[in-house]
Amino acid sequence: MKFNLKIWRQEGPELPGAFRDYTVDNIIPEMSFLEMLDALNEELIRKGEEPVAFDSDCREGICGTCGLVIDGMAHGPKLACTTCEVRMRVFEDGCTITVEPFRAKAFPVIKDLVVDRSAFDRIIGKGGYVSENTGSAPDGNAIPVPKDIAEKAMDSAACIGCGACVAACPNASASLFVSAKISQFALLPQGHAERKSRAQKMVGQMDAEGFGNCSNHAECEAACPKGISIENIARMRAEYMRSLR
Amino acid sequence: MIQATERSILNSKIPAGPMADKWSTFKANCKLVSPANKRKHTIIVVGTGLAGGAAAASLAELGYNVLNFCIQDSPRRAHSVAAQGGINAAKNYQNDGDSVHRLFYDTIKGGDFRAREANVHRLAELSVNIIDQCVAQGVPFAREYGGTLANRSFGGAQVSRTFYARGQTGQQLLLGAYGQLMRQVDAGRVKLFPRREMLDLVQVDGVARGIICRNLVSGEIESYAADAVLVATGGYSTVFFLSTCAVNCNATAIWRCHKRGAYFANPCYTQIHPTCLPLLGESQSKLTLMSESLRNDGRVWVPKTKGDKRPPHEIPEVERDYFLERRYPAFGNLVPRDIASRAAKAICDEGRGVGATGYSVYLDFGDAIKRLGQATIKERYGNLFAMYEEITADDPYHTPMRIYPAPHYTMGGLWVDYNLMSTIPGLHVLGEANFSDHGANRLGASALMQGLSDGYFVIPYTLGDYLASNKLPKVGTDHDAFKQAVAGVKDQTARLLAVKGTKTVRDYHWELGRILWDQVGMGRNAKGLTQAISDIRALREDYWKNVKVGGTGDDLNKSLEFAGRVADFMELGELMARDALERNESCGGHFREEYQTEEGEALRNDKDFCHVAAWEYQGEGAVPVRHQEALSFEAVHLAQRSYK
Repeated sequence: MKFNLKIWRQEGPELPGAFRDYTVDNIIPEMSFLEMLDALNEELIRKGEEPVAFDSDCREGICGTCGLVIDGMAHGPKLACTTCEVRMRVFEDGCTITVEPFRAKAFPVIKDLVVDRSAFDRIIGKGGYVSENTGSAPDGNAIPVPKDIAEKAMDSAACIGCGACVAACPNASASLFVSAKISQFALLPQGHAERKSRAQKMVGQMDAEGFGNCSNHAECEAACPKGISIENIARMRAEYMRSLR
Repeated sequence: MIQATERSILNSKIPAGPMADKWSTFKANCKLVSPANKRKHTIIVVGTGLAGGAAAASLAELGYNVLNFCIQDSPRRAHSVAAQGGINAAKNYQNDGDSVHRLFYDTIKGGDFRAREANVHRLAELSVNIIDQCVAQGVPFAREYGGTLANRSFGGAQVSRTFYARGQTGQQLLLGAYGQLMRQVDAGRVKLFPRREMLDLVQVDGVARGIICRNLVSGEIESYAADAVLVATGGYSTVFFLSTCAVNCNATAIWRCHKRGAYFANPCYTQIHPTCLPLLGESQSKLTLMSESLRNDGRVWVPKTKGDKRPPHEIPEVERDYFLERRYPAFGNLVPRDIASRAAKAICDEGRGVGATGYSVYLDFGDAIKRLGQATIKERYGNLFAMYEEITADDPYHTPMRIYPAPHYTMGGLWVDYNLMSTIPGLHVLGEANFSDHGANRLGASALMQGLSDGYFVIPYTLGDYLASNKLPKVGTDHDAFKQAVAGVKDQTARLLAVKGTKTVRDYHWELGRILWDQVGMGRNAKGLTQAISDIRALREDYWKNVKVGGTGDDLNKSLEFAGRVADFMELGELMARDALERNESCGGHFREEYQTEEGEALRNDKDFCHVAAWEYQGEGAVPVRHQEALSFEAVHLAQRSYK
């Protein structure tokens, strides 16, 4: 297969970026999107040109490192998968593919397709945990959790922190990411002691980082590779309101 | 002042007394650092996976100043995140006869009697605390209807002791540790340094006192000083190029420590995982693991006849060879990984493999779906089935999966004593980066257990003992040792960029991987290993003459990052082959074709090789020195491992 690529190139955070055109040939349908970019970079290195910088790590959809906007869609045209899981067989041979970084004010571009998502870490630092010092835990079965609650909490906990929700949202809101963590601990009994402060501090940090607000577009849910539901956002709002009481 | 230890003598520092009391004895007698003094100590932790993240968080809770480094953009992305199946613990919640002793015994036997007993016993003891800790953190483990914790079975055990969170156990445990870590970062007790790669260890008067890193965004070479250095940077399976590891996993941190004097133990003990997706082509960047938990319900088979090209559903039951069930009736499809992998290789070498290349076997869920229904199978393995379909475009609910072994985990690593300290005083090594607990083969669901045990429960005690027992003079990054190390790192970067040859880093890595896979993979022999050593040496020489690295040294440059890692893999690969050549026996993941039983099982040589091989670096290109730590077995008897 052969493809024309329009790739966003930007040398550094403060420098202007632009699309550049490339062509890749001899691509096999089984290749992943990132393996196609690997092949392009091999070619650029051989020609003495600067390779395209992009982030990736596990290449099996669980670490959340990769994240590209492909043809205007966060993680590409295939639903419920990360960029590294997209296979070239989903594209038509000979087509033109546009590749951009995840764009948001709170995700500044570092270089080319690499962005800084450390805002997510700072939000987690404000309450994305149960304050539980090592060594102080009771027996595991001393805290029973009904199966359906555990399953629901797991649905929320499945978030990989990739930031596709932010990239897909017209407001660049981080509501889906933040609400998934707040939900996990609102559902589980272990999280109840810090319920109020968690909702307030995590939402407060989300605002401070410069993410937008949620206005119910639900683009985030559509882009989420792990199928995290916007039901979590409703739960986050309820938790937040409850914390003000 | 600490005297650099007499390195030719490997003192494992195992506490005296009966096996079951050793850890309690240690804890009762170890020295403590007073709360007021803890904040005066700075500790470097490299890595934020289960071992590193848990250690950084737990040490900060105790009051130490922690500097925590990772190569990823966030600590939550460390490769522990990808572990799927579960974590073992001797809780005996299932009332099926489990106990600390049984988990200890299974782990020793699973490791083919090549692990250190005292470490393994401690691991089995701590396994129960880990589950308690993680539950309290809000890790959403699978539950029974009554609300209690659920378990499943895993290879190498006849009890059900594996705790899990769907097929994402590693992710959930890591996010638990990451949450605790970020709590400490927010509180100012941990300073986090993401996108940093450790490139050298700094010693002052023979004691580990700091590290040199490359800032992967700015390209700056940075120095950090501390009272102790903890390395928890994972394993080295990416040396094979194609492995189940993340593409950034590497051996650079441990290898540079090795070059600075830390012994490297059992480098030839590598684990080839049986249930991975088969290789598709040369453009592939990694191999994908399908959790071993699939072997609970999936049955492994190939056609009985060579070259049978019929699609699987057209092959009648009587013409199928369920070779694991046939060869190992007691354990069936749940034999340990090394045994399952070798059996698959043998069948494919025989010409009975399936798929276009003939290098894969079926993993069939047909019977399980008939017995339990598709809904149950979906609940158990839904995400894995989806992942399989995503990659292969085959639906495993209707067509058997095709699997083949792939490099996965490395049991070898830096040598450590009972306190997790390497042969360099002050340098501690945790998790997969050390060698200590899995012998020659790791059982499923034991890696998460070891990482968390080292990080949450072992290092907080042993590090305190080290700090309280030794007087550490103040050392800053202005010390000459730091300046020299920085110069060395800058020099290597400049040399790599200056070669400007014709072959890319990936070309070399691929070639190295093929040599290792062919000669130092699932089957090894003296001739092949000798050949591998000379081939790798030639490849390494060529590398420094002909490699082409893209970009420059002073900004984000993945090509340069990989170039440094591959340079280290070239040296490590040779050591793996050398270690495999010197170990004239078969044990666990190390299968020397010359040493096998009539049935083709691994044949150990306890008379000559019941020891840990720990290698001492002797300089570039020089032959390293092999030291031994004898393994003695008090609580279990050495026996031939049988799963029949």
